[in-house]
Amino acid sequence: MRSYPPEIVAEAVLNGLLTGAVYGLVALGLTLVYGVLHIINFAHGALLTLAMYGAFVAWSVFGLDPYVAILPLVPIFFALGYGVQRFVIGPASRGDDSNILLVTLGLSIVLENGLLAIFRSDTLSVQVPYAMEVVELGPMLLGFPRVVGFGVAFLVALVLFVVLGMTDTGRAIRAVAKERTGAALVGIDVRHVYAVTFGIGTACLAVAACLLLPFFYVNPRVGNAFVLVAFTIVVLGGMGSVPGALLGGLFIGVVESLSGLYFGESLGQIGIFLIFILVLLFRPTGLFGAKA
Amino acid sequence: MTPRDLLPIAGFAAAAALLPLFVTAGTWLNFMIFTLIICLAAQGWNILGGFGGQYSFGHAAFFGTAAYGTAILQLRYGVNPYPAFAAGIAAAAAVGWIIGVLAFRSGLRGSYFALVTLAFAEVFRVLANSAEVTGGAAGLLIKLDVRPENFQFESRANFYWIALALVTGALVLTRWLERSRLGAQLVAVRENESAARALGVDALSVKLSAITLSGAVTGAAGGLYAQYFLYLDANIAYGTWISVEALLAPIIGGAGTVFGPVLGGIILHSLAEFTKTLVGRIPGVDLVIFGALLILVVRFPPRDIPGLLKRWRR
Repeated sequence: MRSYPPEIVAEAVLNGLLTGAVYGLVALGLTLVYGVLHIINFAHGALLTLAMYGAFVAWSVFGLDPYVAILPLVPIFFALGYGVQRFVIGPASRGDDSNILLVTLGLSIVLENGLLAIFRSDTLSVQVPYAMEVVELGPMLLGFPRVVGFGVAFLVALVLFVVLGMTDTGRAIRAVAKERTGAALVGIDVRHVYAVTFGIGTACLAVAACLLLPFFYVNPRVGNAFVLVAFTIVVLGGMGSVPGALLGGLFIGVVESLSGLYFGESLGQIGIFLIFILVLLFRPTGLFGAKA
Repeated sequence: MTPRDLLPIAGFAAAAALLPLFVTAGTWLNFMIFTLIICLAAQGWNILGGFGGQYSFGHAAFFGTAAYGTAILQLRYGVNPYPAFAAGIAAAAAVGWIIGVLAFRSGLRGSYFALVTLAFAEVFRVLANSAEVTGGAAGLLIKLDVRPENFQFESRANFYWIALALVTGALVLTRWLERSRLGAQLVAVRENESAARALGVDALSVKLSAITLSGAVTGAAGGLYAQYFLYLDANIAYGTWISVEALLAPIIGGAGTVFGPVLGGIILHSLAEFTKTLVGRIPGVDLVIFGALLILVVRFPPRDIPGLLKRWRR
């Protein structure tokens, strides 16, 4: 293992935190769906890929900056998520977990390969004027798009917190998460709440996609890289815990950045998978102790 | 297991064995061999997923381990391909047992088990992609040396018959499992694990036997793949494609039945070939159809194609 001067390590840690916030946003959608619907959405990664292609098309066809594309993509993806849960996943589940696992797997296969058929396997990226700009923080240089990603990710988390905590919709979602039958008995339309929750989770992906695109690439399999990371974050932060997802995201971002620094890019990924396996095997309720 | 149990298997094997007498085109034989390899991998998944109800998303871990085992023993240690193939299968079974001990001892089931198997397969993929013994990202090329004692044949038909013999063996194994005490206990664990344990079934050891057997059968498919195509890299051997194929075929053809995986494998790959002739070689189109089919069979119970046909007939 090589040793690095402290400012390089500190820069890696900070960059890890910045990317980690966007990971956290991806995981936020996953954990919210898990917390309310108690399902593992295997199509989460493929939906992220779809959103990234959405942002790419918005840029290449309509000339929209990825950050501006957040505005149209969020409602589109909310509607998409709502429809998918209401008309595909919900009716297919029939109360059996393995059905949901299979149907979301089927969905991810269709999305990923549909995108492959349309866009082919080329790796695409957008050119934005601010891609190479940096923010100076003492001796450290931080990529501008990553800083924006960090800020917006936390903003979204805050908005979500307010929505869940203070609006009627949020109360209904929390009621369904806690006690489905009770919520149905007091007149909450559970299927509607499920679909809304799924829509919010998918909308989070639309934001994450627009934040990622300026400093990342897109290809039909890009979601796979994120899906295991997001699952790792979710089990680490405690299934269904919103603050856990953010903290877990930051932690995983730092782990990835540091293991990339010390072990190289490709082996760096293993660190995340190993954490995932170890947490699942020994601490399935998550490090932050949220109830599973 | 009575002779009558084996009759359909013998019938299938006999009919399939005659095919190369009529089909001699290389591309068709190629297609049939590939389909048989998938059927074999799927039969392995079926033992654990279909009979045991433990859905693995990472059967690539077994496929790849046996494939690399077969190739590496030949290339690096000069072992004859037949014992190398057997050793590859044993290695896949061992990997199955180890993953089983880790996952089942920790009480993982359902989605968690699916996730942890997926993660194991990914760890193997990343390792194989960077380790030296596996040839890294460049992969491994098994030297072309066409001799029957070298597990390489002039005629593709010979390879087809070997693949068919292995699939038939897996069918007999599954039929035996279905009729055996172990199989009954496995189904009991699938239906209701707590009830099975209350009746004195050692659920952990039953699941461990299932995942070991499952790993061996899917491993046989991996070793065969390596020996037939003579090339491997991490994305082939440990790629998600084989985990998905191994799971799709039994689900579509009927999980937990003896012929389900074979039926599913044949349906899926005939469909894939058919689309290829219809729309040309657009990458991904066949998988879009597989995925849509998966959603459809899950959406409309009972969850497989034989079940769907029965429903329509009513």
